[in-house]
Amino acid sequence: MAKKLMKGCEAIAEAAIQAGCRFFFGYPITPQNDIPEYMSARMPKVGGCFLQAESEVAAINMVYGAAAAGARVMTSSSSPGISLKQEGMSYIAGAELPCVVCNMVRGGPGLGSIQPSQGDYFQATRGGGHGDYHPIVLAPASVQEAVDLMQSAFDLADIYRTPVMLLADGIIGQMMEPVEFPENPVRRELPAKPWATTGWAPGSDRPRAVVNSLYIEVDELQEMNDRLQARYKEIKEKEVLVEKYNTDGAELIICAYGTVARICKSAIKLCAAQGVKVGLVRPITVWPFPEKELAEVMAQDSVKRELTVEISAGQMHEDVRLVINGAKPVDFYGRPGSYVPTAEEIFEYIMKTREA
Amino acid sequence: MLWTNIFAGFGGQGVLLIGQLLAYAGMYEGKNVSWLPSYGPEMRGGTASCSVVVSDEPVASPCVNMADCVIVMNRPSLDKFEKNVLPGGKLFINSSIIDKKAARTDIDVYYVPCNEIADKLNNPKVANMAMLGAYLEATHAAETKSVLDALLYKLGERKAHLIPLNEQAITMGAESVRK
Repeated sequence: MAKKLMKGCEAIAEAAIQAGCRFFFGYPITPQNDIPEYMSARMPKVGGCFLQAESEVAAINMVYGAAAAGARVMTSSSSPGISLKQEGMSYIAGAELPCVVCNMVRGGPGLGSIQPSQGDYFQATRGGGHGDYHPIVLAPASVQEAVDLMQSAFDLADIYRTPVMLLADGIIGQMMEPVEFPENPVRRELPAKPWATTGWAPGSDRPRAVVNSLYIEVDELQEMNDRLQARYKEIKEKEVLVEKYNTDGAELIICAYGTVARICKSAIKLCAAQGVKVGLVRPITVWPFPEKELAEVMAQDSVKRELTVEISAGQMHEDVRLVINGAKPVDFYGRPGSYVPTAEEIFEYIMKTREA
Repeated sequence: MLWTNIFAGFGGQGVLLIGQLLAYAGMYEGKNVSWLPSYGPEMRGGTASCSVVVSDEPVASPCVNMADCVIVMNRPSLDKFEKNVLPGGKLFINSSIIDKKAARTDIDVYYVPCNEIADKLNNPKVANMAMLGAYLEATHAAETKSVLDALLYKLGERKAHLIPLNEQAITMGAESVRK
């Protein structure tokens, strides 16, 4: 299939539809409006449902309902809107239902800006709502990768009965890049959904399906939490995705995700031109975090130190520090808000701190 | 081959479009490309810009700060982006409406009378295409044919009759910078 030049948001929406998503519930917010706009045009043509809800809270609860009925369903929003959806996401996690949520992150806190940011890392990777849960969090660095991850997001959600979040920054949403939609995408083997509330009548060959996240008995709540934790353990073992770039023999390892990781690649090329070997570890799943992979790269003798680069005050940097655990010096470059660092600034910072 | 570019001008001058046409053309020729518009609190009559990368290698950063080429269609864009041309890079100035010369001496500067070319063709809308023609002539970042294929894709068959006019503007823009 020929490559198409597509805007990130539109490519994500198309990828979702091709992955079998037939229900989209959302509420407008920049910089992700191109997703619902595209969905509103495409969904009716594939027999799906696009609905603009009266609020983000309503939209996520519509997702909860459709997921309970066994549908492939998604919503998308941007940071302040994602905050509003957290209660619903906690319920969906507690009810052990699959769904996909796209967060096209903008600057915060509060209404913040509409420019790109990475300030929602804690909220995304730690669960965001109440209770002990994690969504699987996928962080694309290109439009093509957003397409590929969007397609696997629905499979992951079904396999692990969990919300999956696509965590992208505003640049991914607004940028145009060539994309290819696989004609025969590789699909994982999916479990049946006997828990789905698809209609029950006396004499049915299955027990009544009840979707619920209320476990008033301590023991029952414990069982549910144990199930979730067992799944999270399995996810951590099986589903980590990471890109290693130029890491062999590097003296410095940069850890960055999303668009920022690509800016870092440009900075790495500037360093290479000066004879300074710098590598990059780019988590593609930020939860589960690539702990083992980062530790292995850092363990090389050549590696003297680490530098995390983020558009935040250093949120992923906490995960990096947990992995490196004092074994080697770590450093952070970046600012909270929406300031996107340039390759030249990162390069200069590396050279400056190298001499120091 | 790697071209990093910033296209800038007033909203309505078609700078996002010529940036996009370059990205399409590069893609048609099998290159890696990215097109990133400045989005956000831009005001009407303010400056619009986009970063375009055309490369043999996978595109590292799609955010262009220091560019091989900066293309400015209006004065505020020249004031804002002149400093963003890499030493030895190229700066394209729409000399029809920008009355200032470039201050930099470490770059190649091309003065393209975009609006005059468009006036000669009796269509003010093709000033941007004249600029794109000058850019293509100076860089050979993509073939004119690929750009016209991209334009046909954007316009659709219904407006295909506009292709010769745009091709003329590209040709005249190219001639204006030919040494």
